[in-house]
Amino acid sequence: MEVSDLYVEFRTSVGVVEAVNGISYTLDEGEALAILGESGSGKSVSAEAVMGIIESPPGFVTSGSVRYRGTDLLKLNDRERRKIRGPRIAMIFQDAQAALDPAFTVGYQIAEMFRVHHGDSRREANAKAVELMERVHIPSAPERANDYPHQFSGGMAQRVLIAMAIALGPDILIADEPTTALDVTIQAQVMKLLAELQAETGMGLILITHDLGVVAEVADRVAVMYAGKFVETGTIYEVYETPSHPYTVGLMNSIPQLEQKGGKLNIIPGAPPVPTDIPPGCPFHPRCPLARERCVTDIPPSREVSSGRRSACHYYEEVLRGY
Amino acid sequence: MATESHAPAKNRGEPLLRVENLVKHFPLTEGLFFRRQAGAVKAVDGVSFEIYRGETLGLVGESGCGKSTVARTLLRLEKPTSGRAYFDGTDIFEMSSRQMRELRRRIQMVFQDPFSSLNPRMSVGSIIAEPWVVHPGVVTKQERRERARDLLKRVGLNADDDQRYAHQFSGGQRQRIGIARSLALNPDLIVCDEPVSALDVSVQAQVINLLEEVQEEFGVAYIFIAHDLAVVRHICDRVAVMYLGRIVEIGDQAEIYERPTHPYTQALLSAVPVPDPRGRDKRQRIVLEGEVPSPANPPSGCLFRTRCWKAQDKCARDVPDLVDRFGHGHPSACHFAELR
Repeated sequence: MEVSDLYVEFRTSVGVVEAVNGISYTLDEGEALAILGESGSGKSVSAEAVMGIIESPPGFVTSGSVRYRGTDLLKLNDRERRKIRGPRIAMIFQDAQAALDPAFTVGYQIAEMFRVHHGDSRREANAKAVELMERVHIPSAPERANDYPHQFSGGMAQRVLIAMAIALGPDILIADEPTTALDVTIQAQVMKLLAELQAETGMGLILITHDLGVVAEVADRVAVMYAGKFVETGTIYEVYETPSHPYTVGLMNSIPQLEQKGGKLNIIPGAPPVPTDIPPGCPFHPRCPLARERCVTDIPPSREVSSGRRSACHYYEEVLRGY
Repeated sequence: MATESHAPAKNRGEPLLRVENLVKHFPLTEGLFFRRQAGAVKAVDGVSFEIYRGETLGLVGESGCGKSTVARTLLRLEKPTSGRAYFDGTDIFEMSSRQMRELRRRIQMVFQDPFSSLNPRMSVGSIIAEPWVVHPGVVTKQERRERARDLLKRVGLNADDDQRYAHQFSGGQRQRIGIARSLALNPDLIVCDEPVSALDVSVQAQVINLLEEVQEEFGVAYIFIAHDLAVVRHICDRVAVMYLGRIVEIGDQAEIYERPTHPYTQALLSAVPVPDPRGRDKRQRIVLEGEVPSPANPPSGCLFRTRCWKAQDKCARDVPDLVDRFGHGHPSACHFAELR
């Protein structure tokens, strides 16, 4: 899949919110790409645009393309789109409980995937649903298939959502903060399950999160997002070991480490901008230790730092050298 | 549940707060007209610990482990089922209303959600000054405005922010306001319930630094409740790990993080995602099976045994005592505790 120059805006009564400002990336077969960003960075909106699930109005994809195996998904009509969304590209969300319908049993909801998309009979579909629940390690699956979503814990509900997502054997799974609402031991279980399924099926994974730890555990490549843009992209090792954007450097330095009791944390001053009020020039300049005049006026283009690696900082060479 | 005094390595005289065998059960009732008790949710089930002046004790554990209920009970927002908590020598649960008033001055709280814990109709200046209205002896009326402005400056905001309203501030700034308010009465102890978990990563560090600066300057002790183990290690002197309403291991932060002996602590620490991709494939990881049982129907014996890879018959039979098993001064409640 190839996303190029994607722009998304929300037209609201208080003005136009530019949530995603020209992001581009590719996802290879079986690859795990993480989109790392804080609240309001546009990371979730960018994924919703790829899935085609942005409520419109107020949201509009104003330009760009999302090519999946050669076809631009943004040019498809609703019916064609539905043949891709679900069967080929699936998505899971942070709040699994809310993503399920409280009025139907979990087994019925998973089976629905097979009834609707494959035209399976109720009996066939139900059997496949139970099989899937076993595959995502839900204990006593045949009985639990008859339970309703509220009878499931957060971790188990997320497993149900994962079962639905992989039901039709998608090529790509988009996971939007899949473990953020979960306790750490349950988070480890769900991440292990996702890694297992990815290895088994060879599907690509787009992981959207704010958690630097989770990214480091699973991603092959990372895109760091700030104020609707990718400020840097590269392999997980490149970005974590030699960041090429001051925002990434700041993030890495500001997190407490498990291995040591630290003194003062190195902070990034200020707060992430609200999407209605993005600073001119480089959006990170008010918080950046390297900011100069040029950063206030000129938007830094995304430039190739090395093969497959990009940074949107005027002074990325300085950043790479360390400062 | 047996308890043993677990004094910290450094002897700092009398503890500021000594909690003994704290129990909080929420009754479960049955029947519409003739309600009778059908059981209890054992939210806190025999918890003991001490806090010394100026130190930070971390309470960690997953949702439902009772860490917030401990805090709420100590503030008498919940009535304990049994147990004692001596604050500066006096039992909190036996205090007269006059003593309670004084206690409420000396123990303050910082909440998780900076969006709902500040009154949207009050200016920031009045939010910070409100404690002085309740406790008029602390700061005179004439001085209040200036003191509120000083406090705002102290927590990294502008003095003139006192005229603005909470909604005009970002999450991190609101948390600063909450901290300023908690400092207004010069408390001895601040209970911080997940104070940074609602904040962005880049803002979290600012608030952690502020809490540490404030502690140094005001000499206040913290009970720091959090689920982020890296944050807890950063800020805490001692850590208590809770599971299903009990403390399973307690000790100095270095002891807990570097020499955990309880399998739950070991699993919890190994489950934390490490923000370093090097060696991620080789990392030894304990992924626990199953989920935390319901506190309304906890397992017999050791509460952790249903998820424990070491569990044996003894664990179903005998409740393991929280005792120092290796002479490190850090007690662990496991029959088969061992260093890894």
